[in-house]
Amino acid sequence: MIPLSWYLLLAAALFCIGLYGVLGRRNAVAVLMGIELMLNAVNINLVAFWRYLTPTVIAGQAFAIIVFAVAASEAAVGLALIISIYRQRSTVIAEDIDLMKW
Amino acid sequence: MPTTLLIWLIPLPPLLAFGLIVLWANRSPRVSTAVAVGGMALSWVFGLVVFAAAVGAEHLGAEPFASSIPWLPLGTEVLRIGILVDPLSAITLFFVVWTCLAIFVYSIGYSNFGKARDPQDRPGLPPHAGGVEPLYGRFFAFLSLFAFGMLTLVLSDNLLLLFIGWEIMGLCSYLLIGFWFGKESARKAMVKAFITTRVGDVFMLLGIAALYSFTGTLSFHEILRSPDTLNALAAAPSGVLGLSLAGLIGLLLFAGTVGKSAQFPLHVWLPDAMEGPTPVSAMIHAAAMVSAGIYLILRFFPLLTVGWHPGEPLTTTMLVISAVGAFTALFASTIAVAQNDIKRVLAYSTISQLGYMVAAVGIGAFVAAAFHLVTHAFFKALLFLGSGSVIHGMEHGLAASSKNAAQAMPGQGGPAGQSGAHAGHDHVDPQDMLNMGGLRRKMPWTFWTFLIGGLALAGFPIVTAGFWSKDEILSAAFGTHTLVFVLLALAALLTALYTARQIGMTFFGSPRSPAAEHAHESRPVMLAPLVLLSVFSIAAGWAGIHHEFPVIGGWIPNWFEEFVAGALAAHPEATAFALPPLLTSLVVSLGGLTLGFLIYRRLPRGAVDPLARWLGPVHTLLRNKYYVDELYAAVVVRPAYWFGETFVYAWTDRKVIDGVLHGAARLVLAVGAWLRHWIDLLIVNGFGDLVGGATKGAGRMFRVIQSGRVQAYLAAGLLFAGLMLSYMLLVRP
Repeated sequence: MIPLSWYLLLAAALFCIGLYGVLGRRNAVAVLMGIELMLNAVNINLVAFWRYLTPTVIAGQAFAIIVFAVAASEAAVGLALIISIYRQRSTVIAEDIDLMKW
Repeated sequence: MPTTLLIWLIPLPPLLAFGLIVLWANRSPRVSTAVAVGGMALSWVFGLVVFAAAVGAEHLGAEPFASSIPWLPLGTEVLRIGILVDPLSAITLFFVVWTCLAIFVYSIGYSNFGKARDPQDRPGLPPHAGGVEPLYGRFFAFLSLFAFGMLTLVLSDNLLLLFIGWEIMGLCSYLLIGFWFGKESARKAMVKAFITTRVGDVFMLLGIAALYSFTGTLSFHEILRSPDTLNALAAAPSGVLGLSLAGLIGLLLFAGTVGKSAQFPLHVWLPDAMEGPTPVSAMIHAAAMVSAGIYLILRFFPLLTVGWHPGEPLTTTMLVISAVGAFTALFASTIAVAQNDIKRVLAYSTISQLGYMVAAVGIGAFVAAAFHLVTHAFFKALLFLGSGSVIHGMEHGLAASSKNAAQAMPGQGGPAGQSGAHAGHDHVDPQDMLNMGGLRRKMPWTFWTFLIGGLALAGFPIVTAGFWSKDEILSAAFGTHTLVFVLLALAALLTALYTARQIGMTFFGSPRSPAAEHAHESRPVMLAPLVLLSVFSIAAGWAGIHHEFPVIGGWIPNWFEEFVAGALAAHPEATAFALPPLLTSLVVSLGGLTLGFLIYRRLPRGAVDPLARWLGPVHTLLRNKYYVDELYAAVVVRPAYWFGETFVYAWTDRKVIDGVLHGAARLVLAVGAWLRHWIDLLIVNGFGDLVGGATKGAGRMFRVIQSGRVQAYLAAGLLFAGLMLSYMLLVRP
């Protein structure tokens, strides 16, 4: 059976890729996609810990389901915001959207 | 209606009239006249009813009409006000209501009621050409208030209420002397009168206080009718000049009389008071107010003469009073001889006659003093009103003669020569007797009534009231104190002399100025009071003819003596009749009148006073009233001004008090500046600025991290989350 650490390493790698996408990409849509990657990395962790440590309790799976739901709604809201900003300012570059500064 | 209630009501109508005129009617001469004269007439009716009741009452002295109510609670004591009519109040009330009513009616004419308002007249100045008085209502309001004060004084049953009436009259005197306040002389005279009488009033107040603190009451009846109280007062030493308490209080009260009745040395205000309108001179300064002073010492006669019995030497208090009175009588009559102003002559004659009464009280002649008080009030009011009529006629003559000269109206053009004289007319003094003469034919009514008044003043034998009362004083003085008798006899001689001089200069001879040529008789409303008063000036004397008088003595009972003497607890013996004072009285009166008439019968135009030629410097001294005014100015007035201006104002006020104030202000300013500099600016402001500045600096410092870039925030969040995680996982355990 594949040891738990592999899953954890996969999840960490996925998280780092997502983090890089969030911090490094200029396109806001890509940033959103990075966030999705990070959430899914967390899901991998949740499911892996559930399977290896507490397979009798359903909490791990339920938590993963909740994360899916949150991720889906976040994507919906985030995309709607980005479209709205695009209509206003004709850009989706995250660096240019700096209205909220001093 | 019970008599006491009626007595309460006597003073009230004039007070009501005063209030009504002041509040509502002062713009309307018609209403003012109706209210004031109506009020006075009501008082007059009440007064006469009460007088009749008093005359009809048995033993009025022992059981007077009296009633009182508690008024002012003071600790355990209660001051009461009340009314008292005993024989003395009754006769005073009698002449007060008559003279007041006469003067009210006369004032209607004097203030030119019913004439159109002259547009040139100004309030505060006499109407100069026969227009209605500009402040007509105010005049009657003051007169009414004055009548209220006098009636209150006469009817009061205690010294406090008497003093209140006394001071109301003082105020009215001030207001009425200065009624023509546009004249500077009137303003000065009003202040002079007020302050001079105030000197006497202060002493009087001290006397009242002393009396109250010793006896615990101010009621006339309780003090003066009780031999115990009087003897206790006489026995108690006062610690001043060896006088008994009775003597000291008597002298203090007498000081009030000296001020109010214008006795030497406080006589200076009365001649100046002639600046007021003539009815005022008649009312206040002849008939009523100056009589109040005499009334006071008559009222306190038992206190003043306690310990003295007829035939004994006079006590110190009585000596002082008789000396002041006799001296004033002679002193004032010498001045009157040298005056040319018709009203001033009368003013000095008033002082002199009041001196008679004071001297009479001083020598213990109670009834004689009261008698002279009554007759004098009538004939002096008559003389003053007569002189007012003369002045009025002269003013009209003045206006008529200047109009003739100034305006050559069609058909009425004056002779060309008069226009040259016109310049002189404006300076003609209508009160100067040297400008009069020959008015006998122009003003017959005024002349005859004035003659009656003048003869009464001079004591023309048998016919006039003045003779009987003056004779009684002289005979009382003859038996008591020879020096007083001599002084009074000399004064009587001079009185007759200046009266004849006044009548001669005013009415006889030929007119000495155009004003006198154009003078005309006054209106009937002014003449009626003159006629009324001249009746009294003759008839009032018949009430007191001595029953041992040769020939006519005993024809008419000596009612006055019997009635008034009842006011005293110890009924005094009637003065013994003696021939020498009677002969003296006859000689001085007739001699003085004849002498004066011979000299002044026909004074030519532009003449100097013959007396001035014969007496020389003495006449100058007399004309200048012995320089008493100048003496007071040098001794009292100017030092007072110096004290006020140099000491109080320039030194105390400006230097000391202002200096202290400015010093304090400067100190406070310095302290304030120091506090501001070191506390406010440094600490309070510094702290405030520090808080604000620090906040601002911190904001400036931290705002750079607020870049608005989402990824920067995320990176920072990651960094701090990592640090926190590291701390919790690596350092904490």
